[in-house]
Amino acid sequence: MPSAIVSEYFRTNKLPQIWCPGCGHGIITRAITVAIDKLGLDRDKICIVSGIGCSSRAPGYMDFDTLHTTHGRALAFATGIKMANPDLKVIVITGDGDATAIGGNHLIHACRRNIDITAIIYNNNIYGMTGGQYSPTTPKFDKGTTAPYGNVDKAFDIPALAAAAGATYVGRSTAYHTQLLISLIENGIKNEGFSLIEAISVCPTYYGRKNKKGSAVEMLEWQKNHAVNIAAASKMAPESLDGKFLIGEFKNSPEPEYTKEYQKIIDMFKKE
Amino acid sequence: MEMYEVRLSGSGGQGLITGGIILAEAAILDGKNAVQTQSYGPEARGGASKAEVIISTEKIDFPKIRDCDIFLSLTQKSFDQYGKNVKDNGIIIVDESIDTKSENKVIYSLPILDTAHNVLGKPMVTNIVALGVIAAITNVVSRNALEEAVLNRVPKGTEDLNKKALEMGYSIGKKAIK
Amino acid sequence: MKSKARLMQGNEACVEGAIAAGMKFFAGYPITPSTEVAEIAAEKLPLVGGKFIQMEDEIASMAAIIGASLAGSKSMTATSGPGFSLKQENLGYASLAEVPCVIVNVQRSGPSTGLPTSPAQGDIMQARWGSHGDHPVIALTPSSVRETFDLTIKAFNLSEKYRVPVILLMDEIIGHMRERVELPEISEIEIIDRKKPTVSREKYLPYKADDDLIPPMAYYGDGYRFHVTGLAHDETGFPTNNPAIADKLYRRLLDKIELHKNEIIEWEEQCTDDADIVIISIGGVSRAADTAMKQLRQKGVKVGTYRPITVWPFPEKRLIELADKVNTFVVAEMNLGQMALEVERIIKDKAELIKVNKVNGEAIYPEEIIEKIEEVL
Repeated sequence: MPSAIVSEYFRTNKLPQIWCPGCGHGIITRAITVAIDKLGLDRDKICIVSGIGCSSRAPGYMDFDTLHTTHGRALAFATGIKMANPDLKVIVITGDGDATAIGGNHLIHACRRNIDITAIIYNNNIYGMTGGQYSPTTPKFDKGTTAPYGNVDKAFDIPALAAAAGATYVGRSTAYHTQLLISLIENGIKNEGFSLIEAISVCPTYYGRKNKKGSAVEMLEWQKNHAVNIAAASKMAPESLDGKFLIGEFKNSPEPEYTKEYQKIIDMFKKE
Repeated sequence: MEMYEVRLSGSGGQGLITGGIILAEAAILDGKNAVQTQSYGPEARGGASKAEVIISTEKIDFPKIRDCDIFLSLTQKSFDQYGKNVKDNGIIIVDESIDTKSENKVIYSLPILDTAHNVLGKPMVTNIVALGVIAAITNVVSRNALEEAVLNRVPKGTEDLNKKALEMGYSIGKKAIK
Repeated sequence: MKSKARLMQGNEACVEGAIAAGMKFFAGYPITPSTEVAEIAAEKLPLVGGKFIQMEDEIASMAAIIGASLAGSKSMTATSGPGFSLKQENLGYASLAEVPCVIVNVQRSGPSTGLPTSPAQGDIMQARWGSHGDHPVIALTPSSVRETFDLTIKAFNLSEKYRVPVILLMDEIIGHMRERVELPEISEIEIIDRKKPTVSREKYLPYKADDDLIPPMAYYGDGYRFHVTGLAHDETGFPTNNPAIADKLYRRLLDKIELHKNEIIEWEEQCTDDADIVIISIGGVSRAADTAMKQLRQKGVKVGTYRPITVWPFPEKRLIELADKVNTFVVAEMNLGQMALEVERIIKDKAELIKVNKVNGEAIYPEEIIEKIEEVL
């Protein structure tokens, strides 16, 4: 029997989903619906948009208005939706390759405009759908099918990138830290502006196997043992943070929202 | 059928594109057909710039001009570049500063730039002075229509200046054909 | 009464037509010679409560208009050559997902950056086949400023009616020229809106076509909670790998245009009744063809003109009829023979085919067409 949340917000006739056993994407997708439920939003006024890749299959299972677009372009489609109907809450589900490689340009400009869209980047550090090629978030020296000798690229720090580009709400959590993830998504949706939440997923099938990270459970345990909340980190000795990564709310600084600013122009110049 | 092909040439910044638009709009006010085209891009910035207008009592098919009936040139460079492309019975109007060499056509060499720059003290009305000259010499558009078209286009607050520029151009032109 | 006649640029007439048709959203990226379309849309849309956005590139502009259309706004983008290449990805998406939208391509000389400020018609085949895979296309080619206004409205109407992206395939000559126009009263203009579902959410199948092969379309936010994807999908809108369903979908997309082609196809012909020679051209070149025809007729040469207004679907049936009685077709185009390929396919060996091609960035002059015709007399 599916849980109450799943029965309520998922297209149960489309389940089970296509993700591999142990994939973290299901946990993240559920977290989004929990956040929506907690906020008590009108579900007919929510539009969920995705690009291409493992993560981008999520909207197909979610019982809202949903749009599965082209590779990298979800934010650009979402921008058109939000402009046409600002009453809609627009949520973008995208992956590390989708959002930061092929869609990198769209990402920084959506951040810059501060348009009211909440983007959740499912980061599994790999291109899963095509079978394990290295992505812009594959850690340096890790392997992928296109990095058989180790990846020489430096990885993106997605929250730093988004914050620098102008996103007004930025956070990071993991598939393990679901309560934090839910609250970040809630706050992201509440923020009237561009919000970006990096959700670190696990890909035991490709990234995990290629890099000997063990089972899905071991990968989640690694997340548990290596994530440090930014609030706690500020009180810790720098050396104790070696090999760790930060999670939590990185930026929360509201600014005027794009469609509202544009509406002011219409209100000023519209002829009856 | 009555059809005039007009080429306005000079340098970027002399307002000849706007001049072409005003001329075409004046023709429409006269109840005629008009088509305006111009050079774009690098060609339109500095160097020789041109605007072309076809005015006709009939439907205008092909919108581009090869040899024109009326040719205005405000710079030596534009004269050298386009001066050859005038019909045998065409009318050439140039600024007095231009060396027209041995061109064997009717040429009106007139103080257009001097009028705008020195007499009126406003280089920005060069195009309007030139339009006044053209209308007086060729009657390609009526004076009333031209004045209305100028006033429709120019920035608010510059109406009197432009009216004056048009009048001065007109009287220079009228004097030249006496 | 004061005349409504005014001087207007082709690119401006495009925006005027779009607004008359009900455009409420425009996304674009600056590129010569289409930039005025974006500039004028940016100025005019807020005046009618519509919205303009300058996106980060042409790919994003195309994506944004699809998104806006799904959310209920009639949407348009405008571009030229290189930008049209970038739009092909999402143009294919709009074809498959059946999202109404209008794409203006003011053609310039190419390939690549080419001659950015010069006219060309080198995108005729790209308009048809630019996006990968078989996909439905409607492309309209105006040859005057007034027709640009009319065909922009038609582009929106066809797009809404058949749920297909419609390309307004202009060229620099028509886009940049200004000429005298008199626009119709808004009340005289026919506006078509997409058909919406009449059933409840539970019964709504977003890709179940009616007998006319067109599925009704809900808006996002209307409570239908439906799914749209660029994957092959069934009537529910969800992905499928079922070969029979995929086959049915792909064929329906083309068939819906084929079924309605008599309502879509438009052309203009002049003096073809007694013509031995017929000049075929589109857009700016048709203006030269008209002059050439008139001058040749004065010399007693029996010349007519045939101007496809919908270049896709191509007005084929009438051309087959003409091929039975015309000796020679002269296809004049600012490319190296793209439309001629289509004409050749249609007329077969029934008539002679002569080509007038120009790709140097200049317009085709009437004399060049006349010369070619006089060569074969």
